[in-house]
Amino acid sequence: MKLTLKIWRQASPQGKGTFQTYQMDNVTEHMSFLEMLDVLNEDLLLKKEEPVVFESDCREGICGTCSMVINGHPHGHMQRTTTCQLHMRHFKDGETITIEPFRAKAFPVLKDLAVDRSAFDKIIQAGGYISINTGQAQDANAIPIEKEQSSMAMDAAECIGCGACVAACPNASAMLFVSAKVSHLALVPQGQVEADRRVQHMVAAMDDEGFGMCSNITACEAECPKGISVTNIARLNREFLGSELGSQVKG
Amino acid sequence: MNLNGKVPPGPLAEKWTQYRSTMPLVAPNNKRRIEIIIVGTGLAGSSAAATLGELGYQVKVFTFHDSPRRAHSIAAQGGINAAKNYQNDGDSVFRLFYDTIKGGDYRSREANVHRLAEVSRTIIDQAVAQGVPFAREYGGLLANRSFGGVQVSRTFYARGQTGQQLLLGAYQSLSRQISLGNVKLYNRHEMLDLVQVDGKARGIIARNLITGELERHGAHCVVLCTGGYGNVFYLSTNAMMSNVSAAWRAVRRGALMANPCFTQIHPTCIPVSGDYQSKLTLMSESLRNDGRVWVPKKEADAKDIREGRRRGDDIPEADRDYFLERRYPAFGNLVPRDVASRAAKSVCDEGLGVAPTGLAVFLDFDDAIMRYGASAANNQNIDNPSPARIRELGDAVIREKYGNLFEMYEKITGEDPYKTPMKIYPAVHYTMGGLWVDYNLETNIPGLFAAGEANFSDHGANRLGASALMQGLADGYFVLPYTIGDFLSKDIRTPMMDTNTEPFQAAEQAVKERITSLLGVQGSQSVESFHRRLGHIMWDYCGMSRDEAGLKKALQMIRDLQAEFYSDVFVPGTNEEYNPELEKALRVADFMEQGELMIVDALDREESCGGHFREEYQTEDGEALRRDDEYAYVAAWAYPARGQEPILHKEELLFENVELKTRSYK
Repeated sequence: MKLTLKIWRQASPQGKGTFQTYQMDNVTEHMSFLEMLDVLNEDLLLKKEEPVVFESDCREGICGTCSMVINGHPHGHMQRTTTCQLHMRHFKDGETITIEPFRAKAFPVLKDLAVDRSAFDKIIQAGGYISINTGQAQDANAIPIEKEQSSMAMDAAECIGCGACVAACPNASAMLFVSAKVSHLALVPQGQVEADRRVQHMVAAMDDEGFGMCSNITACEAECPKGISVTNIARLNREFLGSELGSQVKG
Repeated sequence: MNLNGKVPPGPLAEKWTQYRSTMPLVAPNNKRRIEIIIVGTGLAGSSAAATLGELGYQVKVFTFHDSPRRAHSIAAQGGINAAKNYQNDGDSVFRLFYDTIKGGDYRSREANVHRLAEVSRTIIDQAVAQGVPFAREYGGLLANRSFGGVQVSRTFYARGQTGQQLLLGAYQSLSRQISLGNVKLYNRHEMLDLVQVDGKARGIIARNLITGELERHGAHCVVLCTGGYGNVFYLSTNAMMSNVSAAWRAVRRGALMANPCFTQIHPTCIPVSGDYQSKLTLMSESLRNDGRVWVPKKEADAKDIREGRRRGDDIPEADRDYFLERRYPAFGNLVPRDVASRAAKSVCDEGLGVAPTGLAVFLDFDDAIMRYGASAANNQNIDNPSPARIRELGDAVIREKYGNLFEMYEKITGEDPYKTPMKIYPAVHYTMGGLWVDYNLETNIPGLFAAGEANFSDHGANRLGASALMQGLADGYFVLPYTIGDFLSKDIRTPMMDTNTEPFQAAEQAVKERITSLLGVQGSQSVESFHRRLGHIMWDYCGMSRDEAGLKKALQMIRDLQAEFYSDVFVPGTNEEYNPELEKALRVADFMEQGELMIVDALDREESCGGHFREEYQTEDGEALRRDDEYAYVAAWAYPARGQEPILHKEELLFENVELKTRSYK
């Protein structure tokens, strides 16, 4: 396969980025998208040019490290697929592919395609946990949980924290990410005790980090590599309202 | 050097309880004045950091990732073992201990393994209390499945994402401690050296990966939870950034690397497809619960499949060799990983492999689909269901159990495993070897601890499936937070470390020089190309089977490769920026030295055991031949400098509670 790549190059967070064009003529369809970029970088290095900086780690779709927007789609056009799981067989010979970083105020570009997503950690630190110290737990089977209920919690817990939802949203809202964690913990009995406090603190942290508002566009769900449903956002809204109305806990 | 494992006295089953009840403690007011550095935020690091923070210590935790949640523990699929005996199938702490010792081919320390089995049960309690959504039965109680090398169902799981869910549990606990101010997180920081003051580990030199700045961090002790070194092989199931450098830097400062040649080759991975390949993907061992492993009986059939003229499902039942079921009737497809991997290699060596490279066997779900389908039809009162209907119902059951794995396979290979059998081949997955530690998880350097995959302690020569998550969390939640007190209780008068002292300055200077020299080579070959060549040497000569001549040849090849690396590597850019090529160069330099040590260790160990198979030492029917009289020891190596011969220190393994037997799964 022959490809033309238009890749965003930006030297530093303060630097001004531009698209640069690269020709690739030795791509095979079995390569993953990132392996294709590895080959590009190897070529650049042989020419003593700076390779394209992009992030990846597990390369099996679970760690959430890889990012980048490919032809306008976070993680590319394939449904429920991270960039590292995207294979070149889904592109056409002769195609021009545009590659740019996730773009959001809360995710500043570090270099080329790499962005800083530590805002997500701050949101989890604000309350995305159950307050239990090591050694305090009762026997695991003392808390029966209905199978479907547990399965719904697992659906929400599958979020890999990659930030594609933010990149997909015209408002750069983090509602899908936040709602996935709020839902995971709200759907299991262990999470009930702190549910009101949790949702208030996490929503406040989300706003503080500079994420936008949700206006129900649902591009986040369409682009989410793990298929996290916007039902979680509805649940977040319900939890948030409930915590404002029916509880003594204030954020 | 006298290696003292510091195993406490008393009967095996009471050692840990007695020890824990009598060990020195650090009072809460003193804990506040003690700093602990933890490097790594996988299961071991996150759980240790969270727990030590809860106890009141001042913890600094370092990760080279952007977030603690990205650590490679997250990729573990199948599950976590625990001796809960919820299935009433005869499981017990002793049985888990025994299975682990036997599965490790009698090369681990009894007392450590028994402690692991004991605390396994509380890990599940802890995880559930954190909200980890383990799989459940309709009654609302926890579900289990079985894994290789055992005959009970003791594996807890969360779909195919158990590692992810357990890591998120630990990460959430860690996040809570960060928000409380008990733990300070340094993300995108990589440890590049260990600092010792008066012979004790008192700090690290870390590089800020965004700015390139070298930072000195002091503490009362240092804990390495930095994972394994499987990426020495270049291609492995490890993540791209997984590396040996933190542990290796400790070795270069005097810590011992134990049993480095014990590497685990996992039998069920997606086979290699091309030269550009950057990593291999595991298909969880849990698939062997339902998948049957086979190759064609006839070479001609295998050739047809390799050349694309026929598919696996075209081969009639009578012409298939279910070689694991044939060779190991008692355990069948659920033999331990080392045994399954070697068996797959041997059928492929006979010319029966089924991928274009000749290196793959089938993992077939057809029987399971039809069996589950028939059971579902019966359950739903469907009379005389058609085979198509049974298949449809069976597909649904398989989808619920392994859906995400099948999806992953389809994405990578473009083939639908519901319709045609998966192709799999062994790949490097885990390293049982690691930093030598005593019962306290303390290395031979006082104040330097190692937990999780980074230490050598619990899995002997072969790790059983679903035991890595167990060990990482056991170390981090329930062992280290106690045992670290033994060292720290003697250090309560030590003030906070001053990092403007000679040892810190010297260590920082050494790191600076290493970086400058790598950037200064300005050669013509990329770091990646050296890593790839190192991987080929290791896989060809120190992989699934090893022999003396090959190992000696490989040793020379690696030393030549090192010389070439330092004279011809090209690292672009500068230190003072975000420079992933420089990060890789530092890691690959350490991988080459670790690879060299693995070969030296494999040469020394003139026996076959677990993942270490020496061609010279096998039984008549090709099984591993252990030599307990001479090799029932831990080989702990010192590696003072490149170009010097590594020095062997031995810790004899004493077996007081199990009888050393030839491992049989027949």
